[in-house]
Amino acid sequence: MLRLTDLSVSYDGTPAVRDVDLELPDGQVLAVLGPSGCGKSTLLRSVAGLEPLVSGSVAWDGRDLTRVPTHKRGFALMFQDGQLFNHLTVARNVGYALRLRHTPGLEARVEELLSLVGLEGYGDRLPATLSGGERQRVALARCLAVRPRLLLLDEPLSALDAGLRQRLAADLRAILTQEGITALMVTHDHDEAFTVADRLAVMRSGRIVQQGEIGEVWRAPVDAETALFLGYARVLEGPAAAIVRDEVEHRTPFSTAISSRTIPAVRLAVRRSAFRVDPDGRLKGAVVEARTTPEQVRLVVDVEGIGELDAVAPLDQHPGPGEPVRLSVDATRTAVVGGR
Amino acid sequence: MRRIPVAVAVVSAALLTASCSLVGSGDGGDDDTKVVLVTHESFVMSKKLQKQFEDESGYDLVIKASGDAGALTNKLVLTKDDPTGDAVFGIDNTFGSRAIDEGVLAPYAAKLPDGASTYALAGDDEHALTPVDTGNVCVNVDDTWFADKGIPEPRSLEDLVKPDYKDLFVTPGATTSSPGLAFLLATIAEFGEDGWQDYWGRLMANGTELTQGWSDAYEVDFTQGGGNGDRPIVLSYDSSPAFTLDGQGGTTTSALLDTCFRQVEYAGVLAGAHNPDGARALVDFMLSEPFQEALPDAMYVFPVDSSVALPEDWARFARQPEHPFTVDPAQIAEHRDEWLRDWSDVTSR
Amino acid sequence: MRGRRLLTMAGLALGPLLVLAVFFVLPVSGMIGRGFVVDGRFDVSGVVDVLGRPRTHRVLWFTVWSAGLATICSVVLGLPAAYVLHRLAFPLRNLVRALLLVPFVLPTVVVGVAFRLLVGESGPLGFLGLDGTPVAIIAGLTFFNVAVVIRAVGVAWESLDPRPAEAAAALGATPAQVFRTVTFPALRPALVSAASVVFLFCATSFGVVLTLGGLRYSSVETEIYLLTTQLLDLQAAAALSILQLLAVTALLVLAGRLRRVPDPTVERRTARPRPVRRQDAGQLALTFLTLALVAAPILTLVLGSLRAHGEWTLANYRNLDSVGAGNALLVPVTSALVTSLRTAVDATWMALLLGGLIAVVVSRRSVSPAERRLRSTLDGIFMLPLGVSAVTLGFGFLITLDRPPLELRESPLLVPIAQALVALPLVVRILVPVLAGADDRQRQAAASLGAGPLRAFATVDLPLVWRPLLAAAGFAFAISLGEFGATSFLFRDEHPTLPVVIYQLIGRPGSDNFGMALAASVVLAAATALVVLVVDRFGTRSLGTF
Repeated sequence: MLRLTDLSVSYDGTPAVRDVDLELPDGQVLAVLGPSGCGKSTLLRSVAGLEPLVSGSVAWDGRDLTRVPTHKRGFALMFQDGQLFNHLTVARNVGYALRLRHTPGLEARVEELLSLVGLEGYGDRLPATLSGGERQRVALARCLAVRPRLLLLDEPLSALDAGLRQRLAADLRAILTQEGITALMVTHDHDEAFTVADRLAVMRSGRIVQQGEIGEVWRAPVDAETALFLGYARVLEGPAAAIVRDEVEHRTPFSTAISSRTIPAVRLAVRRSAFRVDPDGRLKGAVVEARTTPEQVRLVVDVEGIGELDAVAPLDQHPGPGEPVRLSVDATRTAVVGGR
Repeated sequence: MRRIPVAVAVVSAALLTASCSLVGSGDGGDDDTKVVLVTHESFVMSKKLQKQFEDESGYDLVIKASGDAGALTNKLVLTKDDPTGDAVFGIDNTFGSRAIDEGVLAPYAAKLPDGASTYALAGDDEHALTPVDTGNVCVNVDDTWFADKGIPEPRSLEDLVKPDYKDLFVTPGATTSSPGLAFLLATIAEFGEDGWQDYWGRLMANGTELTQGWSDAYEVDFTQGGGNGDRPIVLSYDSSPAFTLDGQGGTTTSALLDTCFRQVEYAGVLAGAHNPDGARALVDFMLSEPFQEALPDAMYVFPVDSSVALPEDWARFARQPEHPFTVDPAQIAEHRDEWLRDWSDVTSR
Repeated sequence: MRGRRLLTMAGLALGPLLVLAVFFVLPVSGMIGRGFVVDGRFDVSGVVDVLGRPRTHRVLWFTVWSAGLATICSVVLGLPAAYVLHRLAFPLRNLVRALLLVPFVLPTVVVGVAFRLLVGESGPLGFLGLDGTPVAIIAGLTFFNVAVVIRAVGVAWESLDPRPAEAAAALGATPAQVFRTVTFPALRPALVSAASVVFLFCATSFGVVLTLGGLRYSSVETEIYLLTTQLLDLQAAAALSILQLLAVTALLVLAGRLRRVPDPTVERRTARPRPVRRQDAGQLALTFLTLALVAAPILTLVLGSLRAHGEWTLANYRNLDSVGAGNALLVPVTSALVTSLRTAVDATWMALLLGGLIAVVVSRRSVSPAERRLRSTLDGIFMLPLGVSAVTLGFGFLITLDRPPLELRESPLLVPIAQALVALPLVVRILVPVLAGADDRQRQAAASLGAGPLRAFATVDLPLVWRPLLAAAGFAFAISLGEFGATSFLFRDEHPTLPVVIYQLIGRPGSDNFGMALAASVVLAAATALVVLVVDRFGTRSLGTF
């Protein structure tokens, strides 16, 4: 189990990571989610032992690793762009750590790893001849070769295009689960985090602002900024929030998601798909903007008493701007901000 | 904004380059009024004397100095079809025969000053080379060192191989230094063509140190040199004691006059010179009193003109040997290569 | 398309090739030709005879092993220093860097004296008994050349992406394993280049072998000097020159092999130098050793220059604007310094211009194996001048450049051209690995945005080579300042360079002249250090502003 305590890192005196406390139980995948420049990569590098700590500690199973050099930590770090060794073939890249340790049965293991990441027969190629996705697979295989006790993933998929990213994220999740790997991943992409991770830590300006089981964090973002970062389209406040909450309570009186007994001046995070065009809906408004996507029609609706809201409509309905519509609310796509 | 400093830097670098460049800075000067002297790197002629020559003769003097006497001679041999100058100074009596045999010189019988004729190169019947200066290469000793130790000073070449003087002698090598070669010739003159190898063997066995050049031996290893040397016997010149004054009216070193080999430096007109008249005028000037008088201070050699007054220190401390060793120039020309090779073999470990 | 590529390449290479033909091939073949012509007849037997002599074999063997050993020492000491000076941040780093380049420019005759003052029988290190031994020769050669390794490898190391090394460490590689498996392969082209240049410098070193070897050891270079300038045995000299050329060619082929890497693309990004850590102790210790090796003789020089007539004084420096005791010089040291600087400026721009063109041609990716071979041959040809005796070259100038249209032996530019030829290989060697490491796609990207080849070069290559270019400029400048071999044959007497003047001073009797020679050497060293410092500073400031 990885435990970070009060961990702080500075660059030239500017703090990059401040007082981070994190725990990661064995076999779980923790995603650190944050915008670029928030210090998440620095956090990862300091766990790997590549950045000196200003204060705090990194411990594994209760043993302090703060003064242990990178190569003795038993972790593996996968870089954003893979950082394959260009002068070595794919097989030699994958077998790199095994060769360092003179592990017997090296070739068989390399084969096994290559097939695990779906690259059978790629062993003799040079990294320069691979596509971006293939390179990342090789990098992953290379990291897994020695069965690290902790795998560190630095934006492993962000250099790839969207479709590939989704596929590879699913593959990554499958491989990590199959191999029972404990992993710490940093990313700025919440979809990626949701696909791959069990736990989530949200980082901003060098601090962890929220952490927990991934569904928990999702359902109860700690503040508006976090909610927006988690993919919520808007955060409603004051009367607007109250109207929507009432609506939610009316429609789903036994909602577990939101309790009316929470904070009176509630802030409510809503996803785009929380509001849906529904002839029986009770919120009334007029369409401001409408755009068709392959799956649904995206609307901006000016709702009475609330103001502008994002909403969706099925593809067979296509209300134009100015048309009146009724909206219903899907409670599971809303979250009360700042409370649980 | 960041571009501006770079642009400024580039432009100023370009300007700097342009202003520093040697492009276009070639010598002007007309070929007819120019006389080019080819000489060795030890040649020195004060600005005053240069100007005097130019004023008196009407020629512009250009000096090209490089290499030692050997390199100078060989350069002349290699370029004899198209010489790089008009006159030469610095061929010595060990290389004179080669220069004459290879035909690099045009005859010119200059009017010699008093006593100069004794230095004429033996076998130079055509008057190709004109003697200008002379000096002797002699073993020098540190008088104060021997006085302190209470050891009698060595006197002869034979003394240098005695156990008393083990590890005390340093000399520049014959293959890399012209005084070194002169010393080899001295030992050849003393021990004969077949005996010198044995002498050198004993010399090396007695801990003689070899250096590349004169400065190395004198300035680094000699006890009276510029460094903290620890060898009190060194190969140098008969004039050297005039440079080690003790400040109290004496000198701390002396030359062993029974170990000397006489070197004579010659000037000459090059065959194929563009300006032979200028070359002859230059040779004449080198024999004139002002030039002869300046020789001791400029190049540490004695003038060939016996009537010229020597500097005071020289008159007091630079004693010349009366009977230095000599080797026939023709013989030197014939055997030099062989001797130098043998010498290399004897002295190599 | 292909024809046009080759045409462009030929066009770029033409200028440098022409210069090489006139100022290297012609003179050297002229001198070698003399060795084959005996009494007006062509005769090979004399040359062949020389090649069979046991002495020739002995000389060749000594040259190879002493130069080889000195190269290894330079690499072993230079690598850690390159790391410390180019990857770590500590106070006075630039100063130390500049100091380490100083030996490179000091005239051998002065360094010889300084070394002997130190290790000679009576020197502070005399107890080691090194004087006149091969150890002293190798120490001397290392002293001169360690700077080449530090500089050339340091520049490559500086711009090496640190992340692959981190990736390896994160995979469990110890620092030694990281170096062996990741860093070393990435540095190998630069390292092999530097080592081959060092080997050539060592193998053609003249003064060090004679001065520190006490005349007991002969290298090919000293032998050529002896044969040409003293014995006028041109046959033997030609034989040895040919031997030199063959050996150099073999070396270059070998180096080309060693330099080749599966994928030359190297991610370049200048890593922030990081503070010194505990695990750097080993490298730091070796760097200090190197520094001590370099500093000791220099310190001896400085101390010697401050003494005259048995007391501490600045008199030697005050004398520098005079012509020495008893008019030992034709021009004062100060004007020689000016000549040296002006010559160095010329030599530098020439070396950069020619070297830049060659580097561009050599580093472009080839489309066919034949083209690649052609490029690498071109690369090698320009290394040849380093491997050939300055004596041969100097005499060759005199006998071949003497009539129109090549009546150049009187030209004031001859000295800078000769020096540029010496600096050229180093310039090329510094630039090629960097240019070859550039991602071709960037050039293609520039081209696709409408940039012509020149513009693409300015946007892609120039920012990349800007720093190496400056490093090369500093190096070329330093080489020019210190060059003595070829210069001593070619300088015009009214304009001697500083090393020539120092050489003249040290050859004159009188402790005043000796002191002046030491003082002048210190001035030369200081001038070099200053230039290097300024260049370094300029280099870091303007990085990436083009």
